[in-house]
Amino acid sequence: MNNREYQQIDPQALATPPPEHMPKRARRRWEVFPGKNRFCCDGRVMVARQGGVLPLTLALILITSGLFFVFDCPFLVEHLTSCIPAIGGVLFVFVIISLLQTSFTDPGILPRATPEEAADIEKQIDNPTGSSSSYRPPPRTKEVVINQQVVKLKYCFTCKIFRPPRTSHCSLCDNCVERFDHHCPWVGNCVGKRNYRFFYTFIVSLSFLTAFIFGCVTTHLALRSQGGNGLVFALQASPFSFTFSTALELVVCFFSVWSILGLSGFHTYLVAANLTTNEDIKGSWSGKSGNEDVGNPYSYNSIVKNCCSVLCGPMPPSLIDRRGFVPSDDSVQTSPVEIELPAAKNNRNMVGRAVTSGRPPPPPPPPVVTLQQPDISIQSHSTA
Amino acid sequence: MSSAPRTATERTKLPYCHESFHNLQELRHSASLANKVFIQRDYTDGTVCKFQTKFPSELDSRIERTLFEDTVKMLNNYYAEAEKIGGQSYIEGCLACLTVYLVFLCIETRYDKVLKKISRYIQEQNEKVYAPRGLLITDPIERGMRVIEISVYEDRGSSGSSSGSSTTSSSGR
Repeated sequence: MNNREYQQIDPQALATPPPEHMPKRARRRWEVFPGKNRFCCDGRVMVARQGGVLPLTLALILITSGLFFVFDCPFLVEHLTSCIPAIGGVLFVFVIISLLQTSFTDPGILPRATPEEAADIEKQIDNPTGSSSSYRPPPRTKEVVINQQVVKLKYCFTCKIFRPPRTSHCSLCDNCVERFDHHCPWVGNCVGKRNYRFFYTFIVSLSFLTAFIFGCVTTHLALRSQGGNGLVFALQASPFSFTFSTALELVVCFFSVWSILGLSGFHTYLVAANLTTNEDIKGSWSGKSGNEDVGNPYSYNSIVKNCCSVLCGPMPPSLIDRRGFVPSDDSVQTSPVEIELPAAKNNRNMVGRAVTSGRPPPPPPPPVVTLQQPDISIQSHSTA
Repeated sequence: MSSAPRTATERTKLPYCHESFHNLQELRHSASLANKVFIQRDYTDGTVCKFQTKFPSELDSRIERTLFEDTVKMLNNYYAEAEKIGGQSYIEGCLACLTVYLVFLCIETRYDKVLKKISRYIQEQNEKVYAPRGLLITDPIERGMRVIEISVYEDRGSSGSSSGSSTTSSSGR
């Protein structure tokens, strides 16, 4: 039967050359990724669907730093020390690289359950309530005891899994993310287990950079006004570009310093306590109802150990295998082949579909030499 | 047929055991899949990767309890080794921090090395213990490290294979 269907395809394939040559390539997994992320460079780079304000973040950093290097550095090198552009350069490099890493790294996305996994979980959920006659929605939480704390694991209806502890579903990216901290629009990505250290490096180095630029610009203005008869005279004597750049740098840095420094301080507290923003905001472990027994079960109760485990711990792998190939399964080949027999008219469509699967229909399976082994061993098991 | 799901090799690029892997492929395609058993994660120690060692009832007639438990315990040990926070991980972490984590692009982390060890171990277990009993373990990394998926094959003839394989492969990987 398989042989006859295979022969039917061949003459049709020869008769219709144009459609079959184009869609022959196997697809990579990122092309069929169910979440709302976008991929570049053939799956090497990923961002959230909404780029957020990442371009704005980059523009602010590049423009402010650029103005600093062009307008302030020459003056300060001449009047102070040449370390200034060196320090500024190092900080700038740290900021840009950690920003790009935060934005483009997989934050710890959990792939969705396969249909069999989902069915297995459904079976386990339905079993206890199967005997009840009246309709009761099946329980969608599971309780687990971690470090003498009861932790509720919630069922994710989108991903069809019980979320591991500290995992949360990001509605913007439509993914479950492990150790979910928050979705940051400034970097255009979620911050989770895999990119938290990049995010932390980014905000700490950015707070140093903005404070450094702010300090340098202020020093520059002070030195200039010392030379002349005060600040206003110094500004009037300078070209407009200098005044404009100084004003821009001061405004950007002033507002950034307070917000970024505050954010860095907040995240330093989170790192020391081994908490996520999500848990802190929800008050998961703060004992909000006056319950004294609640405490963070994931904390090592030592600031140093918490910091080391969050920032210096091993780098977990990406679970979504973006660049792997989608296997062309047997069903993609067998279903068009089976339909072909009754519907002769659809031959061309079936050929197109059979070819788009990327593989020709399989030859009949080989003689099953390997099966005899399980036969023998299972018989021996049942008798034993 | 040789380009069949190269999921384990795609990830680990194993340079050997083509013949035995081909045998496992034959098992997948020539036997019909009866059932899939899922071993869930054990979260009692926190978020570290650890699987439950409870013996599932569906495997009662297929494999000895001790063999199964040994496999799962060995896998748990490997994952614990990968995620251990100790001297070497601190050095790796500090070095990475100093190089703005660019070092991750160049070197293979300890976690990746252990994952390769795990893949080889599962391959070996499949060949020696599970395939002769009509079972096949899927590497947890293929399932997002959520479950250990054990495929249970029925030892019927090839005539049943197309219906069996269509039900399994409609789910995809």
